Amino acid sequence: MKERMALDLSHLPLHGMGSASLTFWGTSAFMLIEGTGFALSIAIYFYLMSLAPRWPIEAPPPDLTAGTILTLLLVASVVPNILVSRWAKRKDLRKVRAGLIVMAILGLLPLIPRAFEFPALHVSWDDDAYGSIVWTMLGLHTTHIVTDLVDTVVLACLMFSKHADNTRRYGDVEDNALYWNFVVLTWLPIYGCIYWVPRL
Amino acid sequence: MRWFGKIPSPADLAAGDEKAEAALRRTWSTPTGVLGALSTVDHKIIGRRYIATAFVFLMLGGVLALAMRLQLAFPEARFISADRYNQIFTVHGSNMMFLFAVPVMEAMAVYLVPLMVGTRNIAFPRLNAFSYWIFLAGGLLLWISLALDTAPDVGWFAYVPLAGPQYGPGKRADIWAQMITFTEVSALAVAVEIVVTVFKLRAPGMSLDRIPIFVWSMLVTAFLVIMAMPAIMLASSSLILDRLVGTQFFNPAEGGDALLWQHLFWFFGHPEVYIIFLPAVGMVSAMISTFTQRPTFGYLPLVLAMIATGVLAFGLWVHHMFVAGLPRVGSSFFTASSMAIAIPAGTQIFCWLATLWDGRPIFKTPMLFIIGFLITFVIGGLTGVMVASVPFDTQVHDTYFVVAHFHYVLIGGSVFPLIGAIYYWFPKMTGRMMSETLGRWAFGLIFTGFHLTFFPMHILGLQGMPRRVYTYPPELPWAGLNLFVSLSAVILAAGFLIFFIDVLRSVRHGPEAGSNPWNASTLEWAMPSPPPPYNFRHIPVVESREPLWTSGETLPVATGLRLDRRELIVSSVAAADPEAREASPADSIWPFLAAIATSIMLIASIFSPWAVIWGAIPVAITLTGWFWPKQTPEDES
Repeated sequence: MKERMALDLSHLPLHGMGSASLTFWGTSAFMLIEGTGFALSIAIYFYLMSLAPRWPIEAPPPDLTAGTILTLLLVASVVPNILVSRWAKRKDLRKVRAGLIVMAILGLLPLIPRAFEFPALHVSWDDDAYGSIVWTMLGLHTTHIVTDLVDTVVLACLMFSKHADNTRRYGDVEDNALYWNFVVLTWLPIYGCIYWVPRL
Repeated sequence: MRWFGKIPSPADLAAGDEKAEAALRRTWSTPTGVLGALSTVDHKIIGRRYIATAFVFLMLGGVLALAMRLQLAFPEARFISADRYNQIFTVHGSNMMFLFAVPVMEAMAVYLVPLMVGTRNIAFPRLNAFSYWIFLAGGLLLWISLALDTAPDVGWFAYVPLAGPQYGPGKRADIWAQMITFTEVSALAVAVEIVVTVFKLRAPGMSLDRIPIFVWSMLVTAFLVIMAMPAIMLASSSLILDRLVGTQFFNPAEGGDALLWQHLFWFFGHPEVYIIFLPAVGMVSAMISTFTQRPTFGYLPLVLAMIATGVLAFGLWVHHMFVAGLPRVGSSFFTASSMAIAIPAGTQIFCWLATLWDGRPIFKTPMLFIIGFLITFVIGGLTGVMVASVPFDTQVHDTYFVVAHFHYVLIGGSVFPLIGAIYYWFPKMTGRMMSETLGRWAFGLIFTGFHLTFFPMHILGLQGMPRRVYTYPPELPWAGLNLFVSLSAVILAAGFLIFFIDVLRSVRHGPEAGSNPWNASTLEWAMPSPPPPYNFRHIPVVESREPLWTSGETLPVATGLRLDRRELIVSSVAAADPEAREASPADSIWPFLAAIATSIMLIASIFSPWAVIWGAIPVAITLTGWFWPKQTPEDES
């Protein structure tokens, strides 16, 4: 088939950021998968609750302290997270490096209260269906935090390497920030389910 | 003229296409040898591999079906023991749904979607390679377990409590649940790739209203996979946890519920039907347009009908549970939504009929399979409306009527179009035509054999023959029809055998196809057959829905991508305006190694939860290799 030159694309940038980046869409698709998973786990929680004569089945409601501290930490982390994203958009390498270190620490810190959340449930995963679903929800979200923490640490290392100062990496930082917002956002309904629904 | 490290101007390209093509070939080719085969990220190689593997699983599943029919041909037959029969029907169903139907449709998309949207590779090609290896590992797990007489025996739906720790000792149900994890990971990965490829890698000018209908169908399917499959992943993971570490999700004695399993399973399981059917809608639309030589009637209604089907698919799952004793209000809602799905399905059928009516149909083999599809799927759809009704479903639930119904829908609605699609796209994939004579024989035997096999099952069901029984007493009036069904299954198998022989023969000995043997209109036919490693010498610029019909002999193209590294064009979601040039990853062995590490972790976790902890270490190592950064032109800029 003959060809007619209709468009010259050589002027295009070598990598897009935000919605012009493939990883943005890939990350969004994975957030949709994980979001569906979390929504379904919440549906399971309410389904089992609707069958139970009382809820929690054989335990007092979970202690609020550890979960609430974690929630406050997560919500507070959104501010520096948004700043890191903005700095990445502006390609300010010095601030991005500093911001990623802060975000790595803010990814690590919630794991401390998280370790106290499991005993605060007052129920083991194998005691009853209530224990099974609350442990599963906490487990899923802990995996969520840990994977993003690893991602942030790897990205922080990369941003201190010779590969740092290019559009692709700044795009990665933006996507990582987007994912952390998602980690925080998914926690809020789970926090409500685990800690406040049994008190209603 | 130097081609490496330089962006050629239009004048350069006009003067030196051969050199440009040689440079492109060097850049995009997969290395030869075993290492190359294990490292490739070319969507065409992976797509062909995926399709071939899925068809091997189809053949193996078909052998199991014949084994079941042999056992059921006579009352009180003793060819297969009850235990073995349970394994066989479980592996048959699981294999056909998880290792054939969903993967083969996604595999067709892996091969075709990048070609149809006018790009040089799929988005996230290393993930694509990983998804294939994971899929293969899951399939091997299931089939090796059957060979070792430890295969799952709890049905493809694995209902608890039968699949739970109390009634399902040993590792059979765990193998089923973990096989699900393998296939879901692979299906979800491909779904993400398809969504991003369709959203962001379309050729300049391919706006949303110019996307080929097959690509639309795969986009909707990918969203269905993304929204439905987490349900089965949660379900199967909960089942493993119940069995391995003593959680109580499905144990009513401790506040769990067996029906929770059914809700989760069918929240995935019913959309699964449309995950299999919607790609077929796209295939039929593509073929019917080509074989009537006119655009498919009702582009917009067809696309909207597919989206409506995708949405409604999530509102039907409870019709699988009508006999489970759910509240009557719920049953009424799900009856209504089950019947409502007939509206978009009817829209699709009428669009195709209008296309046929207004065109000049050419009855080549793919068209024969479309005719077979229309007849068979309509019958399956009608019995679907019947079982959507609670009183009728209560009568025929778990009888052979349901077996007949879902085979009409699944084989009629998906396998017929798929076989037609293989005949249709085979010339593009291999450069050679399949035999028209053998194709007609294959169609005749498959169509006849199918109806003779499955139509009598409606009657057997109405006579009360239950599903999943390995034998029946001679005094019941089922023997004659069962023998007839079993003999008919041989005709059906003979049709598939001819199809497979035709495929194997034509790969080497079929007549050469040329670039566009059917005079089709979409972009995959704009390149030589089989496509070169780089797909398009220049990325096409799309100016209509049928670019090859409206552009005449001269295709408008875009230039400006480098020849010395793998570059794609990223375009905007709605209008497909070019936004960036994006590097596409090179071949790598790490996705293969990551799949091996993941497979070992998943299989070991059937036996110990600690496998997840220790198994994560090699997975992390392989992922590090996978994502290890390299110096790129962006670093230099």
